[in-house]
Amino acid sequence: MTATPTATQHKAFSLARISAIASNTLLELIRLKVFYFMLLFALLIIGSSFFTSKFTFQEQFQVLKDVSLGAMSIFTWLLAVLATAMLLPKDIEDRTLYTILAKPVPRFEYLLGKFIGVLLLLFIAISLMSAVFVVVLYTREQDAIANAARYVPDNAYSDQVKSIHAACFNSNLVPGIAIIYLKSALCAALTLLLSTFASSWIFTIITSVVVYLIGHIQPIARQAYLDSATTSHLTKVFLAVVALIIPDLTSLSLVDDIVVGNAIPMLIFVKTAGLGVTYICVYFFVGYLVFSGKEL
Amino acid sequence: MNRRVVIAILALLVFGVVRMPFEAHLEKEHKAAYFHGANLDLSLREKIGQMGFLAALSGFRALVADFLWIHAHAFWERTEWGGMKVDFDAVTALQPRCLLFWSQAAWHMAFNASVAALEDPKQPREALRIKAQREYWKLGEDYLLRGIANNPDVYNLYGDLAFLYREKFKDHCKASEMFAKSAKFPDSPVYTHRFVLYELAQCPGHEREAYEGLLKLYKVGESERLPTLLKHLGELQEKLNVPADQKVYIPPAANP
Repeated sequence: MTATPTATQHKAFSLARISAIASNTLLELIRLKVFYFMLLFALLIIGSSFFTSKFTFQEQFQVLKDVSLGAMSIFTWLLAVLATAMLLPKDIEDRTLYTILAKPVPRFEYLLGKFIGVLLLLFIAISLMSAVFVVVLYTREQDAIANAARYVPDNAYSDQVKSIHAACFNSNLVPGIAIIYLKSALCAALTLLLSTFASSWIFTIITSVVVYLIGHIQPIARQAYLDSATTSHLTKVFLAVVALIIPDLTSLSLVDDIVVGNAIPMLIFVKTAGLGVTYICVYFFVGYLVFSGKEL
Repeated sequence: MNRRVVIAILALLVFGVVRMPFEAHLEKEHKAAYFHGANLDLSLREKIGQMGFLAALSGFRALVADFLWIHAHAFWERTEWGGMKVDFDAVTALQPRCLLFWSQAAWHMAFNASVAALEDPKQPREALRIKAQREYWKLGEDYLLRGIANNPDVYNLYGDLAFLYREKFKDHCKASEMFAKSAKFPDSPVYTHRFVLYELAQCPGHEREAYEGLLKLYKVGESERLPTLLKHLGELQEKLNVPADQKVYIPPAANP
């Protein structure tokens, strides 16, 4: 007697299941109308570019780039924290989590699918913001060139156009935007890790924001810990805990310097990006470790 | 506590121990590449307030700096030079790698505020007006020197400082020195190497050196034989009593 092949063999790890969960997560997040913030972003940068119209073109481009990249940092961070903090509590509240996990879907795949959904959302958001930024920057550049053609004498025109190009776009902005994305992905991974511990999404959001703030002064704690020959044991333990547990977010805060024209050497970019990716992987796996043993 | 939570905390601590030396090393590399140069200390907190300081600490330095820059612009429209200086100090502390901020701050102090001080109708004593004017020049110089200390790898601020020495302090020796520093950068403007010699020609005790430099440029060909170069070369030939057979011909229009 032979067994009838009615059901396909269940795989321990399936990319198809992960992609199904990721695409559903992305769809759910998009349905929450999170992209309305794009309107705010566009208004902010277009508004800022008009607000500075009485400045020199160098000042205008500087402010435009600062505001755009700053807004990208803020929006992607907020999106990462808010979208990720809601993931698990919402699925528990809607009972979707139980429906999914009742099927032969490992918790690892569920969590990875959810996380990839958020990463996709962040990627779409930063791509859209970058597109708006480039369009506004290009429009302002063309305005500045048109003004130069009207008011600058012929013998100085080509130098002026060169200055406009130099002040407007530099290729370092691309790795700068990539680092903004990595930082937001790190914040998402951190929030996911916190949400596996936490019992409410408000706690997750507040803790994530606090860790974000402390993460920017973490190097001070690390330096104090490494140089702490004379500090008391209690202080040393406190500094060690801060330095070891909290991520160093300043290492991913390069955009403030990139925007003023600081070139990021390729090796440093690779090391910085590598650090960001390592953080994301570690936080995700630690989050999975907690989630896999969580009583639901 | 759940065993898995304990393992998770231990995993984070182990990761912390592993990454700490790497992060400390990466921070040094970032600083060597001129990242994270902002000096976020308590004096800055007093200038920009608690919220501004928190925003700057949280990775939004550029935004806070821009806000203060726009604020300084409002002071400029009201010609409140003191307020401008406070904002400029904060802006340059927040964004020490932004050449525009150093350059503009120096220009406002040395070229705008100094003229306003010299023509101050509220100060009847000319000596005090001149003193105030010089103080603003010094403030401009101070911005550029601090800007150079933070940006020693670019030509721009050396050039700005050279212009300041030339136009305001009338210190041609220092101007020549700064133009020379600026000219060392391969991307500095094409005129800079000539300006080094123009200023040197007016620096007492360096006439021979300037003459030889200008002559060398003159011999390069027509592209370097510009009116100012010819003018300085003619003056130096006279001043150094260059023998007639060694003199180069200076057209009457450029001859002193």
